[in-house]
Amino acid sequence: MTIQSEYLKERRDQEWRAELRNKLKGKERTNLPRVHMPEESPEERVKHQNLEVNTGLSKEQALVEASRCMDCANPTCIEGCPVQINIPEFIKNIEREEFALAAKTLKQTNALPAVCGRVCPQEKQCESKCFYLTKLKKEPVAIGYLERFAADWEQNSGIMDIPECAPKNGKKVATVGSGPSSLSFAGDMIKLGYEVTVFEALHEIGGVLKYGIPEFRLPNKKVDIELDVLKKMGVKFETNFIVGRTASFDQLKEEGYEGFFVGSGAGLPRFMNIPGENNNGILSSNEYLTRVNLMGANNDKNDTLVLKGKNVAVIGGGNTAMDSVRTAKRLGAERAIIVYRRSRVEMPARVEEVKHADEEGIEFMNLANPLEYFADEAGRVNKMRVQMMELGEPDSSGRRRPVPIEGSETDIDVDLVIVAVGVSPNPLIPACLPDLTVSRWGTIEVNDNMQSSIPVLFAGGDIVRGGATVILAMGDGRNAAKSMHEYLMTINK
Amino acid sequence: MNQIVEKEFFSENVVKLVVEAPLIAKARKPGNFVILRVSENGERIPLTIAAADETKGTITIIAQKVGVSTEKLAQLEVGDALIDLVGPLGKETDIHNVGTVLACGGGVGVAPLLPIVEGFKKAGNRVISVLAARSKDLIILEDEIRKWSDEVIIMTDDGSHGKKGLVTQGAEEVILREKVNECIVIGPAIMMKFTSLLTKKYNIPTQASLNSMMVDGTGMCGACRVTVGGKTKFTCVDGPEFDAHQIDFDEMMMRLGGYKTEEKIDFEQFMNRS
Ligand SMILES: Cc1cc2nc3c(=O)[nH]c(=O)nc-3n(C[C@H](O)[C@H](O)[C@H](O)COP(=O)(O)OP(=O)(O)OC[C@H]3O[C@@H](n4cnc5c(N)ncnc54)[C@H](O)[C@@H]3O)c2cc1C
Ligand SMILES: Cc1cc2nc3c(=O)[nH]c(=O)nc-3n(C[C@H](O)[C@H](O)[C@H](O)COP(=O)(O)OP(=O)(O)OC[C@H]3O[C@@H](n4cnc5c(N)ncnc54)[C@H](O)[C@@H]3O)c2cc1C
Ligand code: SF4
Ligand code: SF4
Ligand code: FES
Repeated sequence: MTIQSEYLKERRDQEWRAELRNKLKGKERTNLPRVHMPEESPEERVKHQNLEVNTGLSKEQALVEASRCMDCANPTCIEGCPVQINIPEFIKNIEREEFALAAKTLKQTNALPAVCGRVCPQEKQCESKCFYLTKLKKEPVAIGYLERFAADWEQNSGIMDIPECAPKNGKKVATVGSGPSSLSFAGDMIKLGYEVTVFEALHEIGGVLKYGIPEFRLPNKKVDIELDVLKKMGVKFETNFIVGRTASFDQLKEEGYEGFFVGSGAGLPRFMNIPGENNNGILSSNEYLTRVNLMGANNDKNDTLVLKGKNVAVIGGGNTAMDSVRTAKRLGAERAIIVYRRSRVEMPARVEEVKHADEEGIEFMNLANPLEYFADEAGRVNKMRVQMMELGEPDSSGRRRPVPIEGSETDIDVDLVIVAVGVSPNPLIPACLPDLTVSRWGTIEVNDNMQSSIPVLFAGGDIVRGGATVILAMGDGRNAAKSMHEYLMTINK
Repeated sequence: MNQIVEKEFFSENVVKLVVEAPLIAKARKPGNFVILRVSENGERIPLTIAAADETKGTITIIAQKVGVSTEKLAQLEVGDALIDLVGPLGKETDIHNVGTVLACGGGVGVAPLLPIVEGFKKAGNRVISVLAARSKDLIILEDEIRKWSDEVIIMTDDGSHGKKGLVTQGAEEVILREKVNECIVIGPAIMMKFTSLLTKKYNIPTQASLNSMMVDGTGMCGACRVTVGGKTKFTCVDGPEFDAHQIDFDEMMMRLGGYKTEEKIDFEQFMNRS
């Protein structure tokens, strides 16, 4: 037995859990239908950029859903979670109405449960490995909704559990960036007794959580409450600070920083390099979402502007594309269209986001790819030419490759186009560290311990993975914290 | 805190601010710029670092009032602080000893030109500067530029100072007179376009510093993209200086106008409020 499974068994053998398991028969549990997340109506929500779509489970709903969980002897769900949350333990704590303990269980391995409960692609992670789905062919336990319930309960209780920190060990470490990978690294290192400073280039902390993911999916307040916990634990935050520019790594070393975690993200937007793409009214999803989410351009009281469109096309099928197209709808678009070169099943976006987009009247133009853009005399885009595609053989990603259909070009009227076809790693850090080994895609190369070719420099999140998920980034941050701690302890012996 | 320690109007619309920013003052190189926000609801705007004093820990920015943000910036007084200031951004100017350098500045473009002129002079070049503006009171930093130039030619549209005529006339006069090894041009896009056409005719390698629209300034949004040599580049991380003969100035001018309607409405609302 591994340490992990021994630990899980020990926890499962606690008296209260055994008692709870015997409270209901298996059939009584498995016959319960999966809970539905209450949500704002599509008509209402498209009127507000900042109105969260999912309103959260009621206590009654959460209790019933929690009782569905079988508290399996072999909880396969945990294998699907990149940070290995003790899922049955937190769910059973909900079932016995110990919500604070449920939240505490989450926070043992996940510094941002209120975030992950909302944005994890659960259908591909924890829930995809749930006994209900794999063995009973039924809908899995709503692990994500329950996670959100417990985290929100704690946030709303006004009493946030501030994890204990070891006595200060007199060592200073820094993170580059303040996205989820850096935040989870910071949380773990401060617990271990380090002095931690988070350096962020932008004027807000949170990385994509703030500038990318819109408030209708992840309210900023939810992120801020978690940040406040980190602040209370003693993490220092420096905004408007670009490591490598405002000060070099060497300068920071002179100031006493002994270890660095680079979580600088995949900030560089990709374009398709097709004719007319630099016309006005064609922007990257990063620009569009940053203007709205970070700069508040949807609100007149803010100076930042954002172009509005009647006919908006968003190119791509990921979360970023969904966030952009739904934002366009909320900012008044009459037609908001997803143009995606594969079919709906291949879309990388979270299933729930696609469903929500559909309900909100987003049009899906699948199996279509833009070829060229046209503009009016002022240079503003007014038309795009798309080519229809069909699906061929699977490619290296295992998804069927889109193949253009000859002679299938059509023109559609558009006055705003948002390009959401992916991002490349942020080149700022590799550019200022010639000794750093990067892959040919520009991602920082690290070993299993997240350590780069520069021993005091660890890295994780999108700068290593080239675009992944919040929870994978956080897993990297934790991993790096553990390894850096071991490393700094050995070299200082 | 990025406090303003000095303020001076060069003309009704051009203001100089000296701002506390010790780390930026230390790290900055000619060609670098900063992004700042004036107030809580402010937008992020790019401004060149015109000068820096490492010992005092200050940087100098010079801004021309053209819209809401620059108007708000000009309203700040000594003792006020910028809410956000980040930098230094952008690639530094490639300064080297080439012989004779022709530096052309138009309007407020003279501000970013100043550290470059200084750099080229210190690198041992002969530096001839041509400063141009619509009229006398719009010529800025003349004394500072003189300090680092072997010769300064002033051109005004109305002839109220120096010679009457455009920057290109001043520049061509120099080119016809003596061998110019390199040219640098900073100013309104249209001025850079025509100066660049001129130097192309005489085969003089030319750098232009672009003032595209920006949001983050760190390569994250692509708002600042320009076409250089047929390829898309991001001004904030690949520039702001590029080989002028390769720049698609027409596209750049078109992109600068991308928010014109929205900006105008925004400005009118702001002026009505204040
Ligand atoms: C619109 C959008 C929607 C998404 N939706 C989901 C979702 O629903 N679920 C999900 O799991 N994932 C989603 N993702 C992906 C997820 O957000 C990312 O995988 C995750 O944020 C990566 O985290 P990170 O820690 O690597 O850094 P990021 O969140 O990318 O943050 C990096 C930060 O580093 C800063 N930085 C960069 N260089 C420097 C420097 N030199 N000095 C100082 N600071 C620097 C940047 O300004 C930035 O703030 C989405 C992404 C986007 C863009
Ligand atoms: C790298 C860089 C360095 C710069 N350095 C300086 C400097 O040292 N001093 C200075 O005065 N300005 C400089 N600028 C330009 C400055 O950033 C803009 O004038 C400012 O952002 C305008 O903001 P606003 O809200 O006042 O006007 P807006 O309301 O945004 O614009 C008003 C008018 O100005 C035009 N405009 C908008 N943005 C720009 C722009 N980026 N460049 C030129 N015209 C624009 C618009 O088309 C519009 O007609 C620089 C720009 C860049 C990219
Ligand atoms: S963190 Fe994500 S993957 Fe892990 S249990 Fe929570 S929702 Fe599932
Ligand atoms: S696999 Fe499903 S039922 Fe079993 S413990 Fe995990 S969540 Fe509960
Ligand atoms: S300003 Fe955003 S990429 Fe240059």
